[in-house]
Amino acid sequence: MSDSAISAPRRRRVSAAGQAGIALVLAWVALAVFGPYLAPYRAGDVVNVGVFAPMSAAHPFGTDYLGRDMLSRILYGARYTVGVAMVATVLACMGGIGLGILSAVRRGWTDSVLGRAADALISIPHLMFALVVVAAFGTSLPVLILMAAISYVPGSYRFARALALDINAMDFIEVARARGERSAYVVWAEILPNMIVPLLTDFGLRFVFVVLLLSGLSFLGLGIQPPNADWGALVRENITGIYEAAPAVLVPAVAIAVLTISVTLLIDGFSGRARTTVR
Amino acid sequence: MALVEVSGLHVTATGESGEPSDIVRDIGFSIDRGEVLALIGESGSGKTTIALTLLGYARRGCRIAGGSVRIGAEEVTAMSPAELSELRGRRVAYVAQSAAAAFNPSLRLMDQVTEGVRMRGLMPRTAAEAKARDLFRALALPDPDRIGSRYPHQVSGGQLQRLMAAMALMTDPELVIFDEPTTALDVTTQVEVLRAFREAVRERHTTAVYVSHDLAVVAQIADRIIVLRDGTMREVGPTPQILSEPADAYTRSLLDAAAPKPQHPLEKAPATAAPLLEVRGLTAGYGPMDRQGRMATPVLLDVGLEIRAGSALGVIGESGSGKSTLARVIAGLLPAAAGTLTLDGVPLAPSLESRGLEELRRIQIVFQAADTALNPSHSIERILSRPLAFYHRLSRGEQRRRVRRLLDLVKLPMALLDRRPGELSGGQKQRVNLARALAAEPALVLCDEVTSSLDTVVGAAILELLAELRRELGLALMFISHDLATVRAVCDEVMILYAGQVMERGPGRAVMQAPQHPYADLLAASMPELRPGWLDGIDAVRLAEARGEAARPSQSDRCAFVARCPVRSGACESEAPPIRRFANGSTVRCHRTEQELLAQQSVRSDDAVVVPLRRLNH
Amino acid sequence: MLMLGMIARRVLGGLLTLLLVSVVVFVGTNILPGDATEAILGQSVSPEAVAGLRKALGLDLPAHERYLRWLAGLLTGDPGVSLINRLPVAQLIGPRFANSLLLTALTAAVAVPLALLIGITTAIWRGTLYDRVANVTAVSLVAVPEFLLATVGVMVFAVQLHWVSALAKPSIGSFTEALQNFTLPVLTLCFAVTAQMARMTRAALLGVLDSSYIEMARLKGVRPARLVLHHALRNAAGPIANAVALNLSSLLGGVIIVEVIFSYPGLAKLAVDAVETRDMPLVQACAMIFCATFMLLVLVADVCSILSNPRLRTR
Repeated sequence: MSDSAISAPRRRRVSAAGQAGIALVLAWVALAVFGPYLAPYRAGDVVNVGVFAPMSAAHPFGTDYLGRDMLSRILYGARYTVGVAMVATVLACMGGIGLGILSAVRRGWTDSVLGRAADALISIPHLMFALVVVAAFGTSLPVLILMAAISYVPGSYRFARALALDINAMDFIEVARARGERSAYVVWAEILPNMIVPLLTDFGLRFVFVVLLLSGLSFLGLGIQPPNADWGALVRENITGIYEAAPAVLVPAVAIAVLTISVTLLIDGFSGRARTTVR
Repeated sequence: MALVEVSGLHVTATGESGEPSDIVRDIGFSIDRGEVLALIGESGSGKTTIALTLLGYARRGCRIAGGSVRIGAEEVTAMSPAELSELRGRRVAYVAQSAAAAFNPSLRLMDQVTEGVRMRGLMPRTAAEAKARDLFRALALPDPDRIGSRYPHQVSGGQLQRLMAAMALMTDPELVIFDEPTTALDVTTQVEVLRAFREAVRERHTTAVYVSHDLAVVAQIADRIIVLRDGTMREVGPTPQILSEPADAYTRSLLDAAAPKPQHPLEKAPATAAPLLEVRGLTAGYGPMDRQGRMATPVLLDVGLEIRAGSALGVIGESGSGKSTLARVIAGLLPAAAGTLTLDGVPLAPSLESRGLEELRRIQIVFQAADTALNPSHSIERILSRPLAFYHRLSRGEQRRRVRRLLDLVKLPMALLDRRPGELSGGQKQRVNLARALAAEPALVLCDEVTSSLDTVVGAAILELLAELRRELGLALMFISHDLATVRAVCDEVMILYAGQVMERGPGRAVMQAPQHPYADLLAASMPELRPGWLDGIDAVRLAEARGEAARPSQSDRCAFVARCPVRSGACESEAPPIRRFANGSTVRCHRTEQELLAQQSVRSDDAVVVPLRRLNH
Repeated sequence: MLMLGMIARRVLGGLLTLLLVSVVVFVGTNILPGDATEAILGQSVSPEAVAGLRKALGLDLPAHERYLRWLAGLLTGDPGVSLINRLPVAQLIGPRFANSLLLTALTAAVAVPLALLIGITTAIWRGTLYDRVANVTAVSLVAVPEFLLATVGVMVFAVQLHWVSALAKPSIGSFTEALQNFTLPVLTLCFAVTAQMARMTRAALLGVLDSSYIEMARLKGVRPARLVLHHALRNAAGPIANAVALNLSSLLGGVIIVEVIFSYPGLAKLAVDAVETRDMPLVQACAMIFCATFMLLVLVADVCSILSNPRLRTR
């Protein structure tokens, strides 16, 4: 037999960056779930070092405009920033992926109608859409979650649809159809397994957008309402701290940035930017 | 002194892990002025890499790690970027494999052809354009005065290839490198382009390097041949010697693969037995139909064929002939607009959805691109188990056993079972494709260009496997290809498609001998033979008449081949040609009679297709 | 000509989508029971007064009629009357729209040349330290929330150093005054937009630089400068213009936060105020203007793509 020798199996190595990234995601999730239990003070407790206190050993992030411990406020707020955004992103992606695959496989009328609807929604800048919804429906938690989910469904839809179309055009799909397989099998067993990795990266990016949207909304005072606060609301209520260079106003904003940047870098690393040598 | 002197050449590539690996090593050769040297090898042999080092170039991720490349009196590997810019396109010119990808889509052709001389200030624009037009004429390009003002997408592949040669010759280079320039072209276009190249090179006494995997093509144009494998040189020698007395085993396997021997004919099934598959009047295409039944985009027109159990039908056609669509229509992937399909006497529903499980099982299709025909996220075991579960409802244990038997059948090792397709070689993937088709235990397997994207040696092994499987399992085959030699090696009956219509159909020998349909004649004449001097011997006049692109299928009342036919008559323009039966058993769609065609076509015995020169010398 | 046909189809499609958007906006703001009369008159008012006001405002008409009225109003430049201060919406929006345009135009004037420069140079010198640092920075900047940048900027430059003012006024009387007023808002907006634009420019140019015909040109001996300027940019211009237009459209999101932080009297701040006071006609009008501008930019991006395809220019 003149075939070349069997190639060695490529062991799936998760790179160091990938491992760091996964650890990071788990840490954020843990923070969201266990935050309140880790907080040294309850969210509403006023401590007696005064308002806008600087960082110290007892209060690593200082105190806020009412004299409450910022570290605790941040830990309590993690639930809202991370948790709410996570729920909204999951909803957006589930909707987008389902509709995207449906569009790609069915084509025809379904595809045209869904495509137009997606175009219409995408044409409304996300924050503006949020403003309109809040003006109409108020700022309760379900409204915020649904609004963020609906606003980001079209993006997920387009992405999933493009992926599914690409895969659908491959020969192995035609082979399955020629065999007589039903659409349900083709989607579940042949198309989806090839979509998982790109969909995960899209999920990560969408999560970042949702965090930025919701915290931006809270910053405008139109998101999570007092006494609850996510990190964006924390920036808003402590905004006068700017004039006193208090950590209370910076720390929540930095926290958001750390969350979004770490997830974005993780995604970017995973998308495998080819390392190129200089020519 | 030789013009080109290469010694100890060593090129490495840096993979993702950062480890350098060898691409070519220990390469040394020389080329005299006016000589044509061929670099022969399969994919991965390093032939293009070596050719590019003559320009001092290595692709991204690769570098010239050692050795010397001397052109004239200068050492290329020691040149600065500025010196290299002077060398490239001026003293050494490159003609790439894919002309469509080598031209900037946003610039006019004349600008790109004359760029080399204009940007170096060698000639003023008017003089450069005049010279370019002369080159266009010399290379037999149509409309040489105006073709330069077009954009690349307005011109055909064969024309682009010649324009690339003109671009290369503009600066009167000392050395021209041809990198598989005819691989992507149809066989009938290839001949024209090959002749044009050879004339141009001979007239100017240019030194040339010709890179290819096709020994027959190389035999026509090269003075000396270097055989490469896995980045090392296996054999060097003058062309006649390599072809007739190859010293290296690998060279011998290349020669064997290049000229597949026709298989022993099988015992023919009794003629009274009903055919397994019968197709009558098949018409298919895309797009809506108007009231007269004309399709927007017809692909197949009035196709008829028969395949008996255990026999093999070869379907030959060039791009646009509709051969792949034929397989899809038979498989049910594309419903026919008209005509009937019958399997074992029972009519087959035109589309998949209306066919029963048994009908689907008995006809299996294997595609050309092995890469995309296997789901990259499934293991080989999973891929092979599915048809077993789907068609035969086997239990898990039975599936495992059967999968292992299938791997044995296609001669693949068990270790591949838990690998993914991405870890297999091209030949292995195609074998898995075959195994998957066999898992259904079909009566008929449709092979759509299954060896076309494989190396010749690997492809030859697949052909052997197919022949063996036919014998062992009594399979019927429909083998689609554009390669006449391959089809003849595997099939009993041959069918020739042009513009969606069957031009000739009959036993293999009969179709390849005069009298034949003029297109069949043209095809046979265009297939390069493995002896030097074939290209010289071709009837240039006849080929020039048949120049042109393949006609597109159309539902009009004329012969589809009329634009290129050397024996066309008045009737051919206005009436659809009748179907004639010839004495040698073939059916031909032509206005001309058997006697007229016989008189016009040269008598060519089919032994001439395969004549190893060593036999001639004894 | 094929190309004009494609562009015409695209424009028509855009108009249809804009229509759909107007439906969404209208339905969204009118879906809840209870209308503006309550907001204007308060709760304890006689039913006759409520009915009278309702008739005057046209709120007693069925939904689709109200929609058509509103749509007609939009097209003729009269999108209703503000519920809070009873002034015509058009009058309120006019100057604020101009202010927002000024801010975005200034931002674009800074962001676009900077992004092109960074994008093109990182593509040419790909793989170098400069490229890698630029990439990581760009990726991070896209993820940074605007109010962080703004907050830090105000804290450092306005409060501590007193170089610029913490509030922005839309006056550009003198150059120093313009610098004082606009530096921080423009910089804040610039960061994210420039980063993303540079990344997309780099990707577009790399896509061209990696193509076979560029390799062929290199093998013809074409020097790097001519390679980029004469061969590559020609083909990358379309995708780059596309990237620029798309990213400018994302400015419309960021400008909302920036105007609020710096109390800049622009359209976005007006919209946010309107949301807080539930001034529906104002919210509707602002939303439509934002969406229309957004879609216009996306349309320009698409048209650039179509125009740059040589296969469509000549047949």
